[in-house]
Formats: sequence, C-alpha cells, structure tokens
Amino acid sequence: MKTILFIIQKEFKQIFRDKSMLRLIFILPIIQLLVLSNAATFDVKNIRVTIADYNNSSSSRALIEKFKANPYFSEVENVSHTQEGIERLNKGKTDVVIEIPNQFEKQLQNDTTTQIQVLINAIDGATAGVQNVYITQIVQLFNQNIRVENQQVSNEQLVPNRIETIPSFWYNNTLNYKTFMVPGILVLLVTMLTLFLSAMNIVREKELGTLEQINVTPIKKHQFIIGKLFPFWVLGLVILTVGLFIAKVVFSVPMLGNIALVYLFTSVYLLLILGFGLFISNHTETQQQAMFIAWFFMVIFLLMSGLFTPIESMPKWAQNITLLNPIRYFVEFIRMVLLKGAGLQEVLPNLGIIAFFAFVVNGLSVWSYKKTN
Amino acid sequence: MKRFIGFIRKEFYHIFRDKRSLFILFGMPIAQILLFGFAITNEINNVEIAILDYAKDSESQKIIQKIKASPYFHIENEIFSDKAIESEFKKGKVKAVLLFEKDFAKKLQTERKATVQVITDATEPNVANTISNYTQSIIQNYQNQKNTVQKSNGVVIQSRMLYNPELKSVFNFVPGVMTVILMLVSAMMTSISITREKELGTMEILLVSPLKPFQVILGKVFPYVFLSIINAIVIVSMGYFIFGMPINGSIFLLAFESILFIITALSLGILISTVSNTQQTAMMISLMGLMLPVIILSGFIFPIASMPLPMQVISNIIPAKWFIIIVKSIMLKGVGLEYIFKETLILLGMTLLFIGLSIKKYKTRLE
Amino acid sequence: MESVQEKIIIVENLTKQFGDFTAVKGISFDVHKGEIFGFLGANGAGKTTAMKMLIGISHPTSGQANVAGFDVQNQSEEVKRNIGYMSQKFSMYDDLTVEENITFFGGIYGLSRKQIKIKTNQLIEELQLGNIAKTKVGDLPLGWKQKLAFSVALLHEPKIVFLDEPTGGVDPITRRQFWELIYAEAHKGTTIFVTTHYMDEAEYCNRVSIMVDGVIEALDTPKKLKEQFQVNSMNEVFLKLARNIE
Repeated sequence: MKTILFIIQKEFKQIFRDKSMLRLIFILPIIQLLVLSNAATFDVKNIRVTIADYNNSSSSRALIEKFKANPYFSEVENVSHTQEGIERLNKGKTDVVIEIPNQFEKQLQNDTTTQIQVLINAIDGATAGVQNVYITQIVQLFNQNIRVENQQVSNEQLVPNRIETIPSFWYNNTLNYKTFMVPGILVLLVTMLTLFLSAMNIVREKELGTLEQINVTPIKKHQFIIGKLFPFWVLGLVILTVGLFIAKVVFSVPMLGNIALVYLFTSVYLLLILGFGLFISNHTETQQQAMFIAWFFMVIFLLMSGLFTPIESMPKWAQNITLLNPIRYFVEFIRMVLLKGAGLQEVLPNLGIIAFFAFVVNGLSVWSYKKTN
Repeated sequence: MKRFIGFIRKEFYHIFRDKRSLFILFGMPIAQILLFGFAITNEINNVEIAILDYAKDSESQKIIQKIKASPYFHIENEIFSDKAIESEFKKGKVKAVLLFEKDFAKKLQTERKATVQVITDATEPNVANTISNYTQSIIQNYQNQKNTVQKSNGVVIQSRMLYNPELKSVFNFVPGVMTVILMLVSAMMTSISITREKELGTMEILLVSPLKPFQVILGKVFPYVFLSIINAIVIVSMGYFIFGMPINGSIFLLAFESILFIITALSLGILISTVSNTQQTAMMISLMGLMLPVIILSGFIFPIASMPLPMQVISNIIPAKWFIIIVKSIMLKGVGLEYIFKETLILLGMTLLFIGLSIKKYKTRLE
Repeated sequence: MESVQEKIIIVENLTKQFGDFTAVKGISFDVHKGEIFGFLGANGAGKTTAMKMLIGISHPTSGQANVAGFDVQNQSEEVKRNIGYMSQKFSMYDDLTVEENITFFGGIYGLSRKQIKIKTNQLIEELQLGNIAKTKVGDLPLGWKQKLAFSVALLHEPKIVFLDEPTGGVDPITRRQFWELIYAEAHKGTTIFVTTHYMDEAEYCNRVSIMVDGVIEALDTPKKLKEQFQVNSMNEVFLKLARNIE
C-alpha cells in the first residue's frame, strides 16, 4: 500500500508539472462540452428553397407566400427557369427547387388538379425526407384553403371521421436536443480523455526507458498498475463533476435521478476504460501505435454508441457489436438516471455488464503486463 | 537532394518495417468504413413500441394491425395501465406507447371523432419526433381510407430526390467517414511522429545534420502523404464497389482534392507538433482536440444548416466541413471544379496558413 | 587472496535465443563478492542481453544463474530486491526534480519516508547537490544525471549494482569522476558489475571478461590478460581477440 502511494504521488506530480498539458486536460473537454452541445442537433430548419414560377399568378404567389411565412424555411428565392434552380442546387446554394407550371392557376380554377415539381437535394436522405414532409404540409394547407373557398354546399351526410392523434413527448416535451446531447457528449469526453491518457501512459515509460528501471525493482505488478491508473481515475471523476455542473447551470439539463448513482456507475466505468487503456499500452511499443489503436476503438465506440444515430436502425449484426461497446451502456445509463430519474433497480443491468467488462479487461491487462520477457 | 531521398527512404523503412503498425494503418480504416457503411444510418426502423389499448374494439385493433405492418415499428408488448408507461420507458427498450381511449370505435361512430395518444420517450428527440410523425401519417392514412373518397381539386406534389434517389444513408456517410479518417490519421500521425523525435532527443541530431529543417519535416511527412493517399483510394473504391456510391464527377478532380485535403491535414499536424513538446501534448491536441469537433461540426452527422448561427460560423474553421462538401459534390452531384472553387480555395488557404504559422513558430523558437 | 573469495554471482551455461538467433551462447562465469567485475564486448556481442537475464527482466532460454543467492529464473523478484541497476539509456524522470526522483525510487524499493529523508540529505551532501536538488532532472548535464542515477541505484543498499555502459557519451574527466564514485562504493563492500566498451575503463576493474559473438573469450585480471596476449593495454587485448575470431 505504501509503495502505491509513492507511485500515485509521482504520477500526480508529473501531471501537475506539465502546465500546458494540464491546461489541455481541463480546457479541451469544457470548451467542447459548451460549444459542441449546441451544434449537435438533427432539427431540420433554415431550409433554403428556390422557386421557378412559370405561372406568375395570384394563386402561385399565394403558394409562395405560404413558404415565406413558414418558420422552417429561411430563404425563398425566385428564378425564372428551373434550370437556374438546378444550377443553384449543384452549387449548394439551395436545398430545394420548386417548379410551378404555366397552367397552375387555370387548372385550379377549373376544379382539376395541378402538379408542382419539387426537387430536393437528397444526399442526406433523412433530412431530405423531413424537408419533403414540411413541403407537403404547406401544400396541404394551401389546398385546404382553396377548398374552403370553393366549397358550395356542405353535405350533412358527409361529415368525415376524424381520428385525432395527440403526440406527447415525455421527459423532454420541447424536444430540446441539448437535454439529449449534453449528457452524451459529457460521457464521450470523459471516456476519450481517460482512454487516451491511460493508453499512452505506460507505453510512454517504455519508450523513454524508465519502465526498464521500474522493472528491475521488486515492485509488484498490481502496485504499479494501481498506482499508475489511480490519478486518471480521479481525473475522470473530476471532469465528470465539472461537466455535470456545466450541464446543470449552463444547459439546465434536468437531473431527476440520484447523482450518487452517477458517481457509482462512473467509478466502475472508469475502471473498465483505464483497464482497456492499460491493455493497449501493454501491447504496443510506441506511443504512436498506442494512440492509433486507441483512436480506432474510440471512433467505433463513439459512432456506434447510439448517441448520434439510433442503434435500433442498425442491422442486427451491428447491433450485436454495440453490445460490447462500453459507451453505449454509459450513454443509456446517464440518460436513464438524469432524464428519467431511474433508480438502482432499473440501471442494474447496465451496471452489472460494465462491472463484468471491467473485471475481465483488468484481469487481462494485469495478466498481460510482464515485468520480464 | 540525394541525402534527402535517403532520409525519406529511412522514414519509409521506419513505418514499413513495423508490420503491426502497417497493419493498423491500412486495416483499421477498412474495418471502419465497412462497419460504419453498414451500421450508421439515421433512418428509423424497427423501433420498439408498446400498446395501451383501453378500447379493445375493432377500430383500435385495425389501427394496431396497420402499425404492426409498417417496417418502422415493432410492437414489443401490450401494457395495461398508465403507470406501466413510466416503467417501460425507464427500462429503456420501448420508445413509444400508443394509447387508445376507452370506447374508441363507439366515439368514432357517434361523435365522428376519437383520439389516439402517441406518447414518446423524448430523451432522444430525433427518434421521438420521427416516431410521432410516422404514427400520425399511418393513422391519417387509415382515416382517409375510411372516409369516402371525395373528388377534390388542389395541388399535387411530384417530388424528386436528386443525387440520392433511394435516400441511402450510406451516400451521406461515406464521404464523412473518409474525411474523419483522413483528417485524424494525417494530423495525428504527423504531429505525434514529429514530436516523438523531439521527445526522444533525436530531432536535435537531425537538425544539426546537413539536411535543412524543412527537408527534415518534409521527409517525416512524406510517407504519411503516401499512406493517406492509399487510404483514400481504398475508401473510395470500397464506397464504389461495396456500397454502390456513384462517382459522377471527374475522378482526377476527386484525386486532386483528396491530395489537397491530405496536405491540409498534414500541415495542421505539423503546426500541432511545433506547439507541443511531448507526444502526450500532441495527442491531446490532435486527438482529444480534433475528434469531436471534426465529427460534430463538419456536417458529417448533423446538418450544418440546422445549427444555431454561431455554430454555423464556427463550423467554417473546420477543414473537414469543406472537404465533405467537395466530396459529395464530385461523387454525387457530379459537378466540376467551377462549382467547388470556393471550397477548394478555402482548403488551399488553410494549408498555407498552417504552414506559414509553423514556419513562424519554428523561427521564433530558434531565436 | 583470490582463492577463498565468496561467489555472489554464479552463471552456468546461460543461453538466450531470439528465434533463430542465439544472442548468448551458454556462458559460464562467477563474480566474487566485493569486486569490480568488467563485462566487456563490442556492440552486439550480447553483453546487455546477458546482463538483462542477471537482473531478472529477461528469462534465460536455458542454463542457470544465481545472483545474490537467488535463482534468476524462479526468484527474480528476490533478486531484484538485492540488486541495483543503472541502464545505458538514462532512465530517470526528466520532468521530476532530483529530490522527487530520489523519493520515488526510494519509495518503490520500500524505504520509509524517514529513511528517504536521511538518504536524500546524505546524497545531497556527498554529491554536493545542494543547489540543484530542486532542479528538474531533464535540465541537468549528462554527467550529473549519471552520477545521480548511480546514487539512486544504490538507495536501497543493494549487494550488487549492475551498471550498463554507465559512462556513455561524457568527457574523460567526468568519466574519471564517475569511476571514483564506483571505487568508493566498492570500498564499502558492494559488488560492481559493469559493462563498457571503453577499454581504458577496463583497466580499472578487478577482473574483466570479454565477450565476442555471444561467447566469453577471455576472463581474468587486466594484468594477466595483458601478459597472456603479450600486449601493453586492454585495447590491444581486445583487438587481438577480435582478430583471432575472424
């Protein structure tokens, strides 16, 4: 135990000595949490539409007005030919091109249907789908208006059935993306920081030659490892604390559940991440290799965590891969506790899985750490 | 010049002798593009929902059948009380509950109006919103079917989805994944490999050699240019052959722009190495500092147009943003250089800026 | 004098293979308690490999070695408790101060805080480190670093200290000073096991062994070796040996 204290003391000194490093450790996560949380939104708004109106009648202008008045559309530009609109699409200056035909007004007045053409940049398919829905809604509204105008008799017999759907959004009734993203991004930042630092730590001593000096001392493997990783464990919890504070004060993220539970889970989770970092460190010769491997896993953990894209939409095999992804469990957990107020009972499966992973990974990394070769 | 070539050769040996690093460098991007190409999609399907049916009549059953038949939803289970909603959501599997009011069919019959509540777990706003929209449209369709078809005049929309008619997610994500990989690998590998020489003290030895400083840096960077180009080729071919990404524009233009972007990323790596003394610092800046901004602010996953204005402004300093626009324009829109001239100029400008700053930093260090 | 020496290192048929390559080919020798034993050889002759087996950080492929009464194969941790080691790659923490390095290494060898304090003061006095005790090690000149590394290797008062090319890269005067430290320590009864490729340094040793291509080609006192090869300096001994092999 005493020996471990000496190592911990040394590690802390090294962290605090390098002032530029220390600044980065704290500033990078805080700034990213503050900035990126605002950017991560799937809302579709600020749609730019270009309209080629070949009709130029009061009806067509009325339709264009509807677009201008809609809050989802930020720019409504008029061009005289569809081709110009397509050119704008190609240049990335507009998202949607609408062509209103020559006979627009005439056909409407003749009680027939008229067709407008809508061209959507569909590279981002999901966004294109939503844009299409918004356009449809506007046009339907427009149709209703003309029907009301044209309606002559209302037949009592023909009162239509109406099934009303009432959406209600629980836990986040304004569909605020920040509530959703802030805890997730915090989890990512804590994970990245501790994984990168721990993966680099021991291999760094290997590269600089000090590890050999340690290996000729009678120090026990577990003493060395615990001593090395403890400071990062503390660091992870400190960053978590700062992050939760920012989430509460700056972003007003609700914290319905028990915060002690968050700390309990994070403590175990950090053991897993640090053990994994150590494992990478053991199996690499240079910091560069260690970083590349840590990077590889981090990108996978991150993009397959369910934070950015839903896990349910992945193919089955990919969903199975996410079962091995620690971030997935942490993101799920922190949302359950903070936003839904889940208690120990509900998060027990997540905690159990993470504890099990932590046990296996640390076992492997202590076993694979060799003082001799 | 001869000496310089010798030096580059040595740097190549460094990388190629180490089979494991080489395997990592080439294998990992392939693994990632395969994984993400198949797995990353922001479409919604197979969402688990639960039913709370207080009516249990023919109408509610018919609507449930419609929902069941849709590919978007999977009915996980049926629950029997309002209280159960909360516990289902807390368990986390069920994302939405469809609540039919009592006497649903009867009300529809007599009052011509009945309600279905769509209660969603909005901790994931995107999913919640989409579920809500999809269920509404399914129910709306059902309602329209029930009502006698009226003849109506009005505007009909004919939509055409340009560039990606089947709305494949993968078209959107391949350019993004390629950008993230090239950006991070290039910036990270160069910054760490140059700082490594500094940390191990071998940089001094190189700098007192007859090689000029820029030759030393160039020599260190060159192998990574080469590696990144190969990675880019591999990623584009995988997009083409495996995911059916078209390459509608000029392949030479794509190659030129990719090389430009690789150089941008490498010069950012050089700049990072001039401000860091240890590999740890270089890693903190190039990995911890770049990873999330590149993923979140580049338009890779989140549409930039939807971000608040300050975020849109900040996104302009992310080189990845411009390259993603370029790649999508060339591959999917099939346009030529004149359409992406601005983006190309910006990348070029950033590259020159990074190199200029590095030289300045380097000079002040010598003084 | 030399007949009744107590043996502190006993090496028998020690061999190390890396794949097809045999770095150390069944060497056998003894080191006596309290002597300065020079372990010589050209770069790549296998001396560092052999030494790493003796200090318990590399497993022998075959053969045996007993260091300070413990078997290196099965009791490597006990071996480590009884030896000090200073590597050719200077290995202290550059970003820690002199005092902090002493505290750390003292700590992991199990010294108490009090003992560390006494040792630190003692070292600062002996090496006249007074004004640099709070300097970061990375800022010290190489000569100082080496003296410090030597002292740190001795903190826990080991029976044997292994020095791997301790004076690489410094000027002759600093080297001379370093050897004075070695002599002083040997005088206290510590056994010194030192590798070097400076042949003049070999003259300072009680006995030297010369390793060529994984084999010990000669082992005796410098005086006897010079007589045997009929030359005036260890350098010539070495050259003759190398030539014979070829």
